[in-house]
Amino acid sequence: MNALYVICGLGIFSLVAEVFNLRKWIFFVSLFGLLVALTWVVIDWKAISYFYRGMVYFDHFALAFSGLILLISIFWFWMFRDYFVDEEHRTDKSALVLFVVTGAVMMVSFNNMAILFLGLEILSISIYVLAGSNKQNLFSTEAAFKYFLMGSFATGFLLFGITLVYGATGSFNITEIANFIIAHRTLPRFIYIGILMMMVGLAFKISAVPFHQWAPDVYEGSPTPITTLMSTVVKIGAFGAFVKLFSVAFITFSPSLKLIEQGIVVITLLVANITAVYQLNVKRMLAYSSVAQVGYLLLGFSSDSAHSAGTVFYYLTAYSVASVMSFAVVEIVEKNTGSAHVDNFKGLFKNNPLLAVAMTVALFSLAGIPPFAGFFGKYLVFTLSIGNGYIVLTILALITSLMGVYYYFKPLVAMSQPGSGKIVIFSSEKILLWVLILINIAVGIFPDLAQLL
Amino acid sequence: MLTALLIFIPLAASVVVLATKPFLAKFISFSVSLAVLAVSLVTAFQFDKTQGTQFALNLPWVTSLGINFSVGIDGISLLLVLLTTVLMPGIILSSFRDTSKPSSFYSLMLLMQSAMIGVFVSLDGFLFYIFWEVALIPIYFICLGWGGENRGRITLKFFIYTLTGSLFMLVALIYLYFKTPGQHTFAIQALYDAGHLLSSTQQALVFVALFLAFAIKMPIFPFHTWQPDTYTVAPVEGTMLLSAIMLKMGIYGVIRWLIPMVPLAVKTWGGVALSLSVIGIVYASCIAIVQKDFKRLIAYSSIAHVGLISAGLMTLTVVGMQGAMIQMVSHGIVVFGLFYVVEIISDRAKTRDLSQLGGIRNVAPLLATVFMVIMLGSVALPITSGFVGEFLLINSLVQYKLWIGVIAATTMILGAVYMFRTYQKVMSGETNGVTALVNDLSHYERLVLFPVVILIVLIGIYPGPLLDISEAAVKNLLSIYPDLTAVVK
Repeated sequence: MNALYVICGLGIFSLVAEVFNLRKWIFFVSLFGLLVALTWVVIDWKAISYFYRGMVYFDHFALAFSGLILLISIFWFWMFRDYFVDEEHRTDKSALVLFVVTGAVMMVSFNNMAILFLGLEILSISIYVLAGSNKQNLFSTEAAFKYFLMGSFATGFLLFGITLVYGATGSFNITEIANFIIAHRTLPRFIYIGILMMMVGLAFKISAVPFHQWAPDVYEGSPTPITTLMSTVVKIGAFGAFVKLFSVAFITFSPSLKLIEQGIVVITLLVANITAVYQLNVKRMLAYSSVAQVGYLLLGFSSDSAHSAGTVFYYLTAYSVASVMSFAVVEIVEKNTGSAHVDNFKGLFKNNPLLAVAMTVALFSLAGIPPFAGFFGKYLVFTLSIGNGYIVLTILALITSLMGVYYYFKPLVAMSQPGSGKIVIFSSEKILLWVLILINIAVGIFPDLAQLL
Repeated sequence: MLTALLIFIPLAASVVVLATKPFLAKFISFSVSLAVLAVSLVTAFQFDKTQGTQFALNLPWVTSLGINFSVGIDGISLLLVLLTTVLMPGIILSSFRDTSKPSSFYSLMLLMQSAMIGVFVSLDGFLFYIFWEVALIPIYFICLGWGGENRGRITLKFFIYTLTGSLFMLVALIYLYFKTPGQHTFAIQALYDAGHLLSSTQQALVFVALFLAFAIKMPIFPFHTWQPDTYTVAPVEGTMLLSAIMLKMGIYGVIRWLIPMVPLAVKTWGGVALSLSVIGIVYASCIAIVQKDFKRLIAYSSIAHVGLISAGLMTLTVVGMQGAMIQMVSHGIVVFGLFYVVEIISDRAKTRDLSQLGGIRNVAPLLATVFMVIMLGSVALPITSGFVGEFLLINSLVQYKLWIGVIAATTMILGAVYMFRTYQKVMSGETNGVTALVNDLSHYERLVLFPVVILIVLIGIYPGPLLDISEAAVKNLLSIYPDLTAVVK
């Protein structure tokens, strides 16, 4: 909870910094503040408690996810410092980013659906604005507009779902809802509609097929730092909310929801992976890949909704570390060559070995090749699904992950081809890339992280 | 402890080499490979032939998931570890001409060595899988970074092909893991026990998944389509690693992780695997006869030889398996020598086209003689190493079914056809403008090729010690097939 106060405070500080002319300090204060928040999460690990009359619940699940969100945000600020230096509206932008983080932390720690909605809105509205923060670029504006229109539609679904569930159970509190469902065998029919609508709303946020159409355009159009934020912090928050909602409030329904979830898994895996094969813009390819990764996450979650939190957490950690890494390289290449087309990656192995190695590690991890973290994530998911008897689904996931190898290796092959132009990298970026590579390998070699939850 | 050293010396060295200056890289990696060779020789001398698994080391890794860092060496592992450590200095030495980016290159080579030794000594299903996959990464980059034309497409095909097999293996291993009683574990013995208790259908499924992985790696017909292209496009060191050592990972997988794992399915479906292997022998030999590219020809000959080895394995007899063991060692040495000769010739004549070569015997007599000996090892002439293995293998196949043995034995005839044809085209005849440039062997090359020649002859004359090393382990492995092993000896 203290972490949440700190992040909120940071956001407000950023807003008033404009007034008091503290613009220069924002970056350092934010970075330092996030570190403090992260430390607080670690300190609070032993003190699990409810806040605000049970509206917020910081248990191990919430703390672990908040920690992950904070860690990724720290890396994000570290990497994308330029985003605040180069352009105007420095204070607004950093405030908005901090509010995205606030919203994400609220979404993983809610115990009351009002907080879920509040968190989702704080996160969404900030990210809509950020998507359009490159005002001179038509695609950025388009991305923001598209995201806003479709996002608000999805929020409507979620809100309507919440009201229907409230109508059926008389509570916003997810533990009370769960108890109510267990206690009452006969429930009004519309609770099912409510649950499905909530699922649709959240499926939109995690960009599962068929609610993913916005993702490629928005990912490609937004400035790369914001794309990174969307594919990491936003995704962690939204998936955390998804897991929390369906493993606590509606756990009684999980056998019947399983079918729907597995349907989503099948189409997500197939559509996203097949489409990604045809992409030539690395940023767009990564957008489809981030949709595809949701398929694996959902496969793990739907196999055993009650006991999959550890697996999901591990997978998200591996995925977001690799994601930050790959987008960092994309950003550097894009900044220097003008676009993220796969041909612009040529010659990277020769001219910028560090960038090439970082990209390789990130892509290997995303593709699930040992000994990198992504492999163990996939391994845990496959173990969960085979252990619960879903062998056919696992084989499908296996085949789609082979398609993954095909498209993830495209930039890799390009990097090994001859090309020109050495890119200058700052030493802070170099250090960050090394840190991320080491984290990726360490998490892959010592996968006990999954046992945290 | 020695086992862990064998894995971690090259691993640590690969990190160190990455950070060293280019001109130091090759010397450091060469000395490291010699050091590993020394460790493996110490292991071999301390090895007790009558005992089973030795030098075992078991450290907890991911305890909650039943994964341990569990390694150990028995006769079968020892032979392959020795093969790896003996060939590695040779492969490094053979790359002593100029290689671009030596630091990364040698780092990848050492990483590869570490992973391959890891595969041969793992006694934990998960650890085995990790090493198996990790071995793929360096060889992929060696081929991608230092390979020939079209390498992007070809190496990607190679990677996806092998990864497909391995993922099926992973599913099979996880499946077996869940069948272990109580707290699930990946320990090899527990997986064996779990495998034995499966119904015949379940065993058949596990068999298919595991066999796919190993068959692609070897490769066995019809999973071989990645192999000729990859062998041809890879730099010669990569080809040597692939054919001399990495291919043995597939055979080793069959010996250690398939045959003792699902005995019912192996008995029922082993015949299919055997037939595929025999088809592969004839098929690959016939294609080898019409090849124009020297390197590609050796690639196809490799498919033929590996087919004979896997066919011998599937007879499930001590003779067949012992033949496979000795033939793996022999094939590793021979194919290493052959590819090196190909490289020497194509480096100087700037072509591998058989129709353009000829008359090298006149300008480089020593090279021709060395090639002759290695070639005789390949066609399995008596008193060369190839003969011992092929004799035992064909013997086991004849015992299995006479007509299969006869078909398999054509490998000797067809092998002689394509090898002697090659010798004729490359070495005999008139020296032309292209081959006049071929100098005789330099000091480095002699240093690499003379030991190869000596080993080929030595193993051919006196194969006893090598056969002794693996005998106890092979018998122990086959003890779950009592009705079959009774036939032999």
